[in-house]
This record gives sequence, C-alpha cells and structure tokens, in this order.
Amino acid sequence: MQQLLNTLLTGLTLGMVYAAFALALVLIWRSTRIINFAQAPMAMITTYVALTVIDADYSYWVGFTAALLSGLVLGAAIERLVIRPVEGKPHINAVILTLGLFIVIHAVAALLFGSRYRSFPAPFGVRGFQVGEVNVALTGFGIFTIGSVVVVMLLLVALFRGTDLGLMMRAAAFNQEVARLLGVRVGRMFTLGWALAALVGSLSGLLIAGGSLVHPSYMDSAVVFGFVAAVLGGLDSPVGAVVGGLVLGVSLSFVSGYVGSELVALAALGILMVVLLLRPGGLFSHATPRRV
Amino acid sequence: MLEVHDLTTSYGAVRALSEVSFAAPSGQVTAVLGANGAGKTTLLRTISGLVRPRSGRVLLDDRDLTRTPTEQMAALGLSHVPEGRGVITELTVEENLRLGGLGAGRFRPADLDRVFALFPVLADRRRATAHVLSGGERQMLVIGRALMADPRVLLLDEPSLGLAPRVVAQIFALLRGLVTAEGLTVVLVEQNARSALSIADHGVVLNLGRLVVRAKASVLAADEQLRHAYLGF
Amino acid sequence: MARSVLLRHLGLAVLGLVVVVLVLESTSAFRNAQFATMAYLGIAAGGLTVLTGLNGQLSLGHGALMAIGAYTTALLLQDQQLPLVAVLLVASAVTTLIGAVIGVAAARLHGPYIAGATLALAVAVPGVALYFNDQLGGEQGLNVFVPDVPGWFADAVYFLSAQDVSGSKYVAYVGWLSLIVTFVLLANLSRSRVGRTWRAVRDDEVAAEIAGIPLGRARVLAFVVSAACAGLGGAVMALTVRITAPSGFTLTLSLSLLTAVVLGGLGSLTGALLGAALLTFLPQLVTSLGLDVGLSDLQSAQLAPLVYGLTLALVILLAPAGIVGSVRARWRRQQERATHDYDLPTTTAPPSPARTPGDEPGGDK
Repeated sequence: MQQLLNTLLTGLTLGMVYAAFALALVLIWRSTRIINFAQAPMAMITTYVALTVIDADYSYWVGFTAALLSGLVLGAAIERLVIRPVEGKPHINAVILTLGLFIVIHAVAALLFGSRYRSFPAPFGVRGFQVGEVNVALTGFGIFTIGSVVVVMLLLVALFRGTDLGLMMRAAAFNQEVARLLGVRVGRMFTLGWALAALVGSLSGLLIAGGSLVHPSYMDSAVVFGFVAAVLGGLDSPVGAVVGGLVLGVSLSFVSGYVGSELVALAALGILMVVLLLRPGGLFSHATPRRV
Repeated sequence: MLEVHDLTTSYGAVRALSEVSFAAPSGQVTAVLGANGAGKTTLLRTISGLVRPRSGRVLLDDRDLTRTPTEQMAALGLSHVPEGRGVITELTVEENLRLGGLGAGRFRPADLDRVFALFPVLADRRRATAHVLSGGERQMLVIGRALMADPRVLLLDEPSLGLAPRVVAQIFALLRGLVTAEGLTVVLVEQNARSALSIADHGVVLNLGRLVVRAKASVLAADEQLRHAYLGF
Repeated sequence: MARSVLLRHLGLAVLGLVVVVLVLESTSAFRNAQFATMAYLGIAAGGLTVLTGLNGQLSLGHGALMAIGAYTTALLLQDQQLPLVAVLLVASAVTTLIGAVIGVAAARLHGPYIAGATLALAVAVPGVALYFNDQLGGEQGLNVFVPDVPGWFADAVYFLSAQDVSGSKYVAYVGWLSLIVTFVLLANLSRSRVGRTWRAVRDDEVAAEIAGIPLGRARVLAFVVSAACAGLGGAVMALTVRITAPSGFTLTLSLSLLTAVVLGGLGSLTGALLGAALLTFLPQLVTSLGLDVGLSDLQSAQLAPLVYGLTLALVILLAPAGIVGSVRARWRRQQERATHDYDLPTTTAPPSPARTPGDEPGGDK
C-alpha cells in the first residue's frame, strides 16, 4: 500500500515535469509545425547556467531566475537565427536543424562545463515526510515542482486566453497568412513563442536536475518523455500535453518501481506505439488527426 | 484612391501578371473580372504584399506600398479579405473581430458594436467558435473583421464563392451600402461577373495575366461580345 | 527496370570491388580497421538515405537498430556454430523484424511521429541491454568472437596480393563486400517501381494516394528496408569493434548517421558513402587539431560532434542538397547553359512540371 501510494506520488511529480516539457514542445509545434528536438539540450545548458551562478555563491533563486531568463533569450535567438531562414522550406529541414543544434549544444556544454556528473542543489528538502508509520514520498521539492509547473501553466493560460498579445499569438499559430493580412507581426509572435517554450523547457530542466546529478545528456530522455506525453495529448493541445504528461509520469513511475528503471524509456516507446496504433490523434481526440 | 502601375508578377518561370495598370477610385466599387487563372487572385495578393511583384508599383493615395510588408497594410488602411474567406476557425467570432482591430493597432469596443449592428447574426454568436458558422456567416465575419481596421480600401477575393444566390445578394447589397454611406473603396474580385457588375461602378477584365478592358460597369455589362469572350454570361 | 541499369550497377560493383582490394591490400592494419568502420557506417547510412532521401521520413534511431544487429551478432557468434554469412543475415533479419513493428506504428502518421518514435528507440535500447544484464552483459557489454579467416579466403587474397590476411583485414573485406551487395540492392530498388513509389509519396502524398499508392505500406516498406541495412551495419560494427556495449550506441551515433546522410546529400548513395568517410576520418583529424591548440583530451574528443552538428546545420542552411546534390545541380546548370537559350519568353515557358519520378537526382548509381 505504501509503495503503491508513493509510486503514484512520485509519478505525479514526475508527470508535472514531463507535462511542462511536453507543453514546451506543443507551443512550438502549434505555431511552426516543428518538433524542437533541441529543447532537451537547450534546457540542459540553461541548467548549467544556473549551476554556474550558484557555484559563484549566489543563491539558488538567482541561479533559477538566470536559467529561465537565459532560456527565454536562447529560444528567441534560435528562432531568429536558425529556424527563421528555413521558414517555408520543407519541415524536414527545420527538424534536421534542431537536431544539428542538439549535437552542437551538447558538444559546447561538454567543452565548457565538462562531461562529468555534477550535483545540482534543490531549494527544498528531497526527503519525504513521516505520517505515523507511513513514509510519504511527497518531498518539499516535489511540492515545489508541482506548484511551479501549475503556476507557469496558469500564467500561460492567462497570456493566451486573456491578453491581446496571446490572441495575436494564437492567430499567428492557427493561420499565418490571414494573421499577416490582419496586421499581426507573425515573425515576432513566432520568436516570442519559441522564447516562451524555451523558458518552460528550462523550468523542466531545473526541476529534473533539482537534488540530482547533471551532465550534458541528462535531458536526452526527457525530450522522449515530453514527446510521448505530447503525442498522448494529441500534439496540438496544451491541455492534452499536461494530461499526457501526468498519465505518462504515473505509468513510467510504476514501470520504474515494479519492473526496472532501465526499462522506463522502452515503456515510453511502447506507450507511444500503442497510442499511435489505437488512437493516433491522441487520447482525447474525436476527429481524425491532422495529417502532416 | 488605389493605383496599380505596370504590375508584373511571376511564380518562378510562370508569369501570372503582365504590366497590369488600373486605378480604383475612392468611394467606388471596382470589379476585377476574368476567367479562372486570369490572375485576379494574384493581383490582390501582389497589392497586399503577399507576393512580391517583379516590377511595377502600388500606390494608396499617392503613397507607395510596393515594398511595404503585408503586416503593415492593415494599419495603412488597406484590408485584404482572402479567397476561401480566411476565417480563423479555431477562434471565436468575437476574437476574430478583435483581431481585425488589434492587427491594425486600433481596437475599439465601439467598432465591435458597429459590426454587430451591421451583422446581427454575428452578435448572436459572438462567443461561438467560428468553426460552427455557415458559409454566409463566415463571409460576414471576414468583412466585419476587415471593417474593424477602419480601412480606406477593401480588397475582396471571391466573396460569392460557394454561397447561395440569396446570400450573395444580401452581402453585395450590404457592401454597396457601406460604400455609399462611408466612402469605402472596394476592389472586388469575382468569377460571378453578373452579380459583381450589378454593384460595381467600374470593371477591369483580366485575361492570362493581362488587362484587356477597363470601363464603366454599365458599359461592360452591356457589351455582349465582351461578355461572351471573357465573362461567360 | 531496364537491363542496362542493372548491368551498370553490377559494373560499378565490380569496379568498387577492385578498388576495395587495391586499397585494403596497400594500407596498414590500422587503416584496414578504419575502412571497416567506414563500411559499417556506410551500410547504415545507405539505409537511412533510402528512408530519408527517397521516402522523406526521418529516423533518429538507426543507431539503436544497429545495436540490435550488433547484439544479435555477438550472441550468435558465442556459439560459433553458424557460418558468418548466416550470422550477418540473421542479424539483419532480426533488426528488420523490430524495424517493421516500429515502422507499422509510426508510418500511419509520418512527419514528427516517426522521428519521435525512433528517438524513443534510440534512448530505450541501451536500457534494455542494462536490464537483461545476464544475457546482454550490462554496462560491460558482450565480447564478439570474430571467426577465423576461412582458408579459401586467405588463399584467394594471397593469390591476389601475396599477403597474409589479418583479422582486421578480414573484417574490412567482410564489411566492404556487405556494403557493395547492399548498395547494389538499394540502387536497384531505388530505380525500380518501388523506389518510384517512395519518391512519389515523399514529393506529394495527396497525388500519390490519388494515383493509388497505399501510403502506409510504402512508408513501412521503406522503413523496413532501411532497418535491414542498419542491422547489417550493426553486425559489421560488432565484428569491427569486437565488443558491443550500450555506450557504443548512444543517441550521438544515430545523429551522426543522419549527419552523414544530410552532408552527402539526401537520397544519394554516393553521398551516404562520402558522409560515412567523413564520419570515419574527421574525428581523428579534428581531435588532433584540438590537442594542437591546447585543449585537453576530453575537450578535444567533443570537437568531432561539434563539427558534425555545425555541419548539419550549415548544410541545411546553405546547401540543402548536400555535397553530391550541390555538385550535380551546378553541373546540370552548366549543361543547360551550354545547350539552351537562357532567355526564354516567360509566358510560354511551361509551368515547372510536377516532378516526374524518373528524372530524380536521387535515383543513384
């Protein structure tokens, strides 16, 4: 019973992180029809930025903020400098570009920060608390994880649903040409979308790293889990990405707890294949998926 | 007044427009007619900057718009309603309308009320996703959305496409009313020449990317030979 | 398929074989091992070229498919019962089977799905090796027992060059023979009806579907063929490296293969070979350059991936046709300039025709 509960709690916490990462992928997919595989190393390198700041004796929160801001800047810069030139070309070009970035950022991180494992601090406890006899696996950092992802999601909802800027961003994503005719600066909206996505990605990078070890590849599996979560949710839907993240987090937590942590990625692959075979539009779709 | 001088546009090696020149006088409706593939849509897309011309110029009230980015056209007073209506179906009716004002940098709630007064159907469904609208309602929505930018010139691409004749008549009557009441300049691209000429002041006829005739609408409608050759009625 | 095309492919194969013998017999054992590396990368890159270049699908998991081929080879060679050719075929077949499962799931919706599914494969497969610690050797991996050089083979080589066959030379021969066979098959396939179907699906799937091509089946088949090549490549890799361990099949391997394919030119087998050559010989070069400018060993080792990544990005940004494609395009432009009046009146120029499958630059020798 205790193990079941704790597996579930761990899964939900992890699920929130996957949800954040999936959200980052969906934000970009919706506007530019690109899966940004470079999201993983981008989040990795911004975590290293935080680590550098923290190592220089600043507080965790200064590092945290620095990572998010550098994510914002990195996302915008990559959209502007790398992705913009292939706009309108076959999508495969843009995807290959993100893979090129993947390799480059990896190598740069290894050159600058070294390839060894380094421990990353957590701002809150990473031990569960005791309720009577039962040890509950909900840690202070776990609560912070869930809370920060929820806050970011609410802010995104407020932006997209409640502001003029959000409306223009959605218009640019849904119909580029019409948005342009109406006077929406589509290019700026895309840059902003990439920047926001990279910020959310950076957050998930920080949350995965917290109280654990970082090295240049530590986010590689996260991009897989984020992608599977996004596909579970239908790839086009931010809400779906969040639900997909939670479902995946819990499923993988059970695989890890009861079968073996080595098989987590294989389980994610299995889930992805089952979804693609049975409900290719995601768990929540009614209509046939958009074919791209 | 919208003027087009010697406009030439190519898609790769294919020339879609060859040295087209005409003027659409202020406060009047100019119909652009011609068969499928005559270059009508390309003409509008070139004017609004979606396609760059190889040569020639576009002037709006003597201001050169030839190299102006599409995104700035709405704020400069030129609204282009594309073919196939261009409703953003994922957004609500009201969001579509707001966007019309926002893009031009001038959203005013009063404009929203004005459009709703013009198209009461839209007011009833303001919170509905535009996806659920009928063809006629979508056409009203895009015209309303263009009006939110308070344009001087409205470019309309095939507004009658796929609509019942009764709905077409209704929309055209409304358009005529706007022109008369507010001095709007309209460039109306139509395959349906008969309906278009019924509300137009002037007409130009394109054939294979070249301008073949430019005349008063009544003259065009009366010229039997021309009608047979280019307009199909 | 025209008989002349088949003959031309066979002719090139024989020519290739001659070059292989000449090169392998005139280089050191160290170089032989490098050429074996180039062979296994070339086989896998050739398969990826078919998938990405001809069918427009992206695989980020060919490294994992190679791992399947390599582990199968290592397991089969532990008993030393099957002849080597059979081992290579079984390794390729097992990979094909697993490729088919992935392909069926992902090809129903291509685009990002196949890329994501293969990425998941790339990340998942090393974990499998760790989980089945007892059978697959865990982190340490499995040693590969390379069979002895067969007597007749040693005799044949001695007859040609009067030299003995070392183990690494034998593996290099096995690798290059596999490569030549694979490339002849792939080249013929690419020129056949099946190849035309794949290109049609890549260029315009709506048109292809209207023309009666089952899109899903075309995509799955392309993926399966490509997986078979990756499996064979993995088998040769096992023989070359003599050990199969999870650390040999990282995501970087998959992405490097993609680099080779993109760099050489999507859809061109010549390009795939060229890319494989760069992957083989470039790391050594840039690593020593790194050491020269005063970087540490570990840092210098990162230069090769850095160069791959930058190349990948720059090729897409500046020369999307890749090296072979760009050279061909330039050559073709010069031909046109020589034979045509360049100033065609634009109104009479025909609209650029929908690409006809036959005249594709991708259709390779």
